[in-house]
Amino acid sequence: MSIYVDNAATTKMSPAAMQAMLPYFDQIYGNPSSLHSEGQRAAEALAGARARIAARLGCQPREITFTSGGSEADTQALLSAAHLGARKGKWHIISTAFEHHAVLHTLEALERQGFSVTLLDVHENGLVTPEQVKAALRPDTCLVSVMYANNEIGTVQPIGEIGRVCREAGVLFHTDAVQAVGHLPIHVGELQVDLLSLSAHKVHGPKGVGALYARKGIPLESVIYGGAQERDRRAGTENLPAILGMAAALEESCAHMEERARTLTLLRERLIDGLSQIPHAVLNGDRARRLPGNVSFCFEGIEGESLLLLLDDRGIRASSGSACTSGSLDPSHVLLALGRPHEIAHGSLRLTLSHENTQEDVDAVIRAVTEVVAYLRSISPVWRDLTSGKTEFILKEAV
Amino acid sequence: MALYSDVVMDHFRNPRNVGVLEDADGVGEVGNAKCGDIMKIYLKIDGDRIQDVRFETFGCGSAIASSSMATELIKGKPLSEALTLTNRAVAEALDGLPAHKLHCSVLAEEAIKAAIQDYYERNGIPYDAALFPQESSHGHDHCCCASETEAC
Repeated sequence: MSIYVDNAATTKMSPAAMQAMLPYFDQIYGNPSSLHSEGQRAAEALAGARARIAARLGCQPREITFTSGGSEADTQALLSAAHLGARKGKWHIISTAFEHHAVLHTLEALERQGFSVTLLDVHENGLVTPEQVKAALRPDTCLVSVMYANNEIGTVQPIGEIGRVCREAGVLFHTDAVQAVGHLPIHVGELQVDLLSLSAHKVHGPKGVGALYARKGIPLESVIYGGAQERDRRAGTENLPAILGMAAALEESCAHMEERARTLTLLRERLIDGLSQIPHAVLNGDRARRLPGNVSFCFEGIEGESLLLLLDDRGIRASSGSACTSGSLDPSHVLLALGRPHEIAHGSLRLTLSHENTQEDVDAVIRAVTEVVAYLRSISPVWRDLTSGKTEFILKEAV
Repeated sequence: MALYSDVVMDHFRNPRNVGVLEDADGVGEVGNAKCGDIMKIYLKIDGDRIQDVRFETFGCGSAIASSSMATELIKGKPLSEALTLTNRAVAEALDGLPAHKLHCSVLAEEAIKAAIQDYYERNGIPYDAALFPQESSHGHDHCCCASETEAC
């Protein structure tokens, strides 16, 4: 038995997306840059995929650049917008403390280039407000970057309202929509975003491919040096099978978005209710304004990795935070940004559902987490001190 | 999981000597909850020999496995021999630990030494302070990290 509840890390590919890729390995295998008929067939397929993805985002095909994934799209968006700002003497960037490292580490690189970065507080509920963005704007602000939905705690930011603030101020606005795509409606015009990153493998598409939307008129600088592919914005032969797989996965997930969101929300609420029965536990992030499939908890007195490994023994594939940081000893920067103390942030568990999960899965997860948390607490000296009254609980009671 | 050896996973899944000794003769606790690991070792000492040992651990898989293996390595042994247990010996007995988890074996060594030191002090037994870490991981302001394992 295996219950996969780590869909924020990556998803299983959909059969439709896999089927959509197959012809582009051995039938339409030409290089889209080649002038012969094989190349031109590939170029047509590429144009078709671009148009389909643009239609899903409500933009023009020319505004889509294919990348190797979300991290590259984030990097390219930030570097391009920042350097554009610098040419106008604007060296200030606003973002948030709990962005994905693809954004945070790019911002660190920009700081080394002389940019100043303001990271907005995300509050205990994991939400930023348009007012915060407005208050942080300066005459030299060139870019605001706020993620649509957080990858660890799933909180959904008021992107449309922040977009309006930025548009009124004439400041470029980027959103990392990697976790939101396929789960939340995305129309770049309505959201008033200028730059948007997405990735295929979070929506049952292939790994190694993503896209960057850049509103017409915003010049992108290539972060890969080489040929003139993607109208000089991204060198390298286009990964045609993956791009076709992404188009199919995106269309499929958007077509089923509403029904899946309804089902997932019910499962999520059941899971949150079940885990809330565990004493001295806390849900991370706002309960209502979160992705339909995201559940994130901290349990006092235990450490997250041992929880994960014991859940894995029971067939449950979960995560303690972001898979990207699981090699690190430091607790999640996202949980620390919420103001969780280190010792609480160490006891974290992220469960991210997909439409393939069932109510039985959720009930099995609740049982397993409850038992494993109780077992780990039974061998934890920290829990002994808490229950004997030697130290005080930080999480006073269940949510 | 390929992250850990089979021996680590065995000791993590089926930890030996886990629990508390209510009438322990020596207790040692090292680590810091802020860093994600705390180990507590309880010793029952008969003459100069470790008659029984138990541990409690708050930490990752390798922290639990290191505690379990370390207690196995000292159970029934004379104190003088338990004091020679090194983190390297714990890690080797576990068939290796990932580099960024080596500090777990250091905590196991320190927890045993802290428990023996506690036994000596409770009983007014003179001991060579040089055999014990000058400062355990107790009061560290920062967490042991991969870059520090070189010194471990």
